Amino acid sequence: MKKQYRIGNRLFMGLVFLFLYAPIILLIVFSFNEGNSGVVWKGFSLKWYASLFRNRIIMESVYTTLLVSLLATVIATAAGTFAAIGFYNMRRRLREPLMTVNSIPMMNADIVTGVSLCLFFVAAFAGWNGFVTWMEGAYRLTAPRLYLGFGTLLLAHVSFNIPYVILNVAPKLRQMDKHLIDAAQDLGCTWMQAFWKVVLPEIKPGIISGALIAFTMSIDDFVISYFTAGSSTQTLAMAIYGMTKKRVSPEINAISTLLFATVLALLIIVNVREARQEKRLNRRR
Amino acid sequence: MKKIAALTLACSMAVGLFLTGCAMEENSGSQAAGSAAGNSSSNSNTEKRVVNVCSWGEYIDTDLIDQFEEKTGIKVNYQTAESNEALYSVLKNGGANYDVIVPSDYMISQLIEEGMLAELNYDNIPNFSLIADRFKGLSYDPENKYTVPYAWGTLGIIYNASMVDGEITSWDAMFDETYAGDVLLINNSRDALGIALMDLNYSVNTTDEGQLNQAFQKLSDANAKGVYQGKVMDEVFQKMEQGNAAIATYYAGDYLTMVENNEDLRYVVPEEGSNWFVDAMCVLKDAQNKDEAEEWINFISSTEASLANMDYIWYASPNEKALEQYPDYYEETYGEPLDPEAYEIMAAPQEVLDRCESYLVLPYETRALYNELWTKLGVS
Amino acid sequence: MKNKLSLFSIPYVIWMALFTVAPIVMVVVYAFTTAGGGFTLDNFSQMGTYAVVFTRSFKLAIIATLVCLLIGYPVSYMMSKEGKQFQRVAMVLIMLPMWMNFLLRTYAWMSILEKNGLINQFFASVGLFELINTIFGTDIQYFKMIGTQGAVVLGMVYNYLPFMILPIYSVIIKLDQSLLEAARDLGANSAGVFRKVILPLSLPGVLSGVTMVFVPSVSTFAISRLLGGGTQMMLGDLIEQQFLGGAYNPYLGSAIALVMMVIVVVCMWVMNHFGEGEEQAVML
Repeated sequence: MKKQYRIGNRLFMGLVFLFLYAPIILLIVFSFNEGNSGVVWKGFSLKWYASLFRNRIIMESVYTTLLVSLLATVIATAAGTFAAIGFYNMRRRLREPLMTVNSIPMMNADIVTGVSLCLFFVAAFAGWNGFVTWMEGAYRLTAPRLYLGFGTLLLAHVSFNIPYVILNVAPKLRQMDKHLIDAAQDLGCTWMQAFWKVVLPEIKPGIISGALIAFTMSIDDFVISYFTAGSSTQTLAMAIYGMTKKRVSPEINAISTLLFATVLALLIIVNVREARQEKRLNRRR
Repeated sequence: MKKIAALTLACSMAVGLFLTGCAMEENSGSQAAGSAAGNSSSNSNTEKRVVNVCSWGEYIDTDLIDQFEEKTGIKVNYQTAESNEALYSVLKNGGANYDVIVPSDYMISQLIEEGMLAELNYDNIPNFSLIADRFKGLSYDPENKYTVPYAWGTLGIIYNASMVDGEITSWDAMFDETYAGDVLLINNSRDALGIALMDLNYSVNTTDEGQLNQAFQKLSDANAKGVYQGKVMDEVFQKMEQGNAAIATYYAGDYLTMVENNEDLRYVVPEEGSNWFVDAMCVLKDAQNKDEAEEWINFISSTEASLANMDYIWYASPNEKALEQYPDYYEETYGEPLDPEAYEIMAAPQEVLDRCESYLVLPYETRALYNELWTKLGVS
Repeated sequence: MKNKLSLFSIPYVIWMALFTVAPIVMVVVYAFTTAGGGFTLDNFSQMGTYAVVFTRSFKLAIIATLVCLLIGYPVSYMMSKEGKQFQRVAMVLIMLPMWMNFLLRTYAWMSILEKNGLINQFFASVGLFELINTIFGTDIQYFKMIGTQGAVVLGMVYNYLPFMILPIYSVIIKLDQSLLEAARDLGANSAGVFRKVILPLSLPGVLSGVTMVFVPSVSTFAISRLLGGGTQMMLGDLIEQQFLGGAYNPYLGSAIALVMMVIVVVCMWVMNHFGEGEEQAVML
């Protein structure tokens, strides 16, 4: 490629990356600010990190976010994989409409998914709570009343994660050579064994990429959580949104920095390993 | 690559969970975040006692929360809402399981009308007797069955004297193009339409559709001309303190907090009159922790707690002794006498209150009209 | 075995019925109901008044999508021409912001764009405003950035640019090199190769990227609240206001959400007709 093109390209890409990272860098820099402004630098200090750990709301929301994302990913991956396998083995006429319904949460705007789930949960709980009240009145039997909370948050996250898993596993299933299963059975496997030993390894890349996407979607989600988490449960995004409506404190900067550092470390580790693996492969050739 | 990515991710997230779980244990001495979807409807003895409070931003001295938790062993989940209307939406939406809420007068009437509040057992709240008589039996709860007042104050204009020429004396300033782009509109329908109504010299409790539409038109025109930088509630603190806006409408106590951080700010109750309000603590009808709620209310109403709170949030307490003693308390704590002007803004004297109207609950159709108009603002 | 394995999907079908279909049915039901419980078309008849909000949201979303495309496509293309090492680093750099929370990315801009924020302070310190005032005879002290539609578009572009780059990049990378070589052999110059081979083949990625930027942009409410000030309502603001905001009316909110959903689905369907929309989520 011609040299000036190369420089021009690099410059353009550099500018884009600068654009992407400038605000984040500023956030990080001001997390070490002595003053409490996001704009006026008053000296270096680690006090916001200290007060971050003492900030109950933020710590609880980080815990909730991690917990919900991990649980939802695990559940969605398992459920999605089985669902994908189920769909794969269906007749086309049955499968097509089901796959369309499956892609609704992905196509729909977050806010529609969030609002619809909210209405659904609230109506269901209103019905249940009314039933409980009647039971308490008529039979003096009590049952727990249900409210929007961690449970509904988890249900919502699982619901919007499964389609992504399915959409990652399904192509791998299609790519899989059907005859492998027949071959395995010919060689003496039960279909259960064939499933575990042949099908799963084949689709493993799809499962893993589906799980990773599900996790990313969960961590990044704000709108759906906002409508389904209720009042006492908060994800990190919700906590930050709440904080921006009030006095903003550089504790947000501190948590951004920590998040950034964690993700950066992760991605570096992953990529270094991949680079090393490739080198090993290349050397063997 | 993907396998390793997944493994590394899982490990680090597990570590992260563990660490935050530990951090939380240190903080609160208890486990777990939030409540699960299956709350039991009565607290058994083995469960930790909890009270869920929903109040407003910058509205409590957080030391009081710690004091209460130490004293009673009840864990306080303290949350805030943005405005009375937002609180109402959350309550109506069914997602909230608060025990104590602190709405304003007119919203309390509305909640009572809709049967959403529980009657309080005032035997559990002996500190109620410390409340000044002029805050008992008010129009929103004439028989004192549902509420215990928390704070009271006035609504007014806060402006930055270094960014504004001369003094501001009228609600006209909120619609004036002179400072277009530097004016902050208050982000709730009752106050926003109220300001416009007051500027037109109508009652803030009018149900006349014509008058309300006029008020809406005033707001809408100003908005179309770019007068408003944004609709804000508590964001106003940051904006005014850092000089990012010149004029805002907000509450007296909040002004006193802001002026601590920016001396150029001034507060005025405009000549057309304004609104004075009482925020009161009440308990939701299907609250899960009624006893704990009443304990919390009683604690907050005590004179010591009221004095500490007044000092921190700069709002006047309805507690009679706290009101009287506050100037002395201030002098003892800070070593200098309380600025009488500040005290006047905090605990508005009768002449100011006489110029103010308090919000009454509006009939259903008017409320629907408010919702409709508020939705339409910013549409054109 | 075919039939047995297909039973695996039954739990999920039930799940979908409960948590995907039923909620949407509820939105439809609410859209046609009043507070009193009766059937009504009132909520829709009011749509006319909100037409401005619809056009505003769609306009800003289209602008944001175009900007993302104009920036994202060249970046993807340039990235695909670089060496493996560079590509790896670039991928990390692009994915990093995506893994940071969306709210944080939006919040990052809030203090920068304020009247006394970093950008204005910087310009003031280098005397830019005096320069402009002397050249143009104006009297500005600062650039009004926060609370404008421009800020909202900026927020959208900033948040969703990686979602545009990634699908396009992953498609371009997988292009069969031999096709490009063949085109060159047949006499096409670089521009021709690009126009006639790369561009058409990268369309699925482009469609993917456009979807992933347009849909969230049209329905955002956090970005417009935080950066837009709230004085110019957008669809997301409007809907949120009716459920958890200052004007409780879930019936109207459902109607607006329904209309928005229908419009977006129609747009998506039209776009997908011009490409194969299957690889929508396969990014990694």
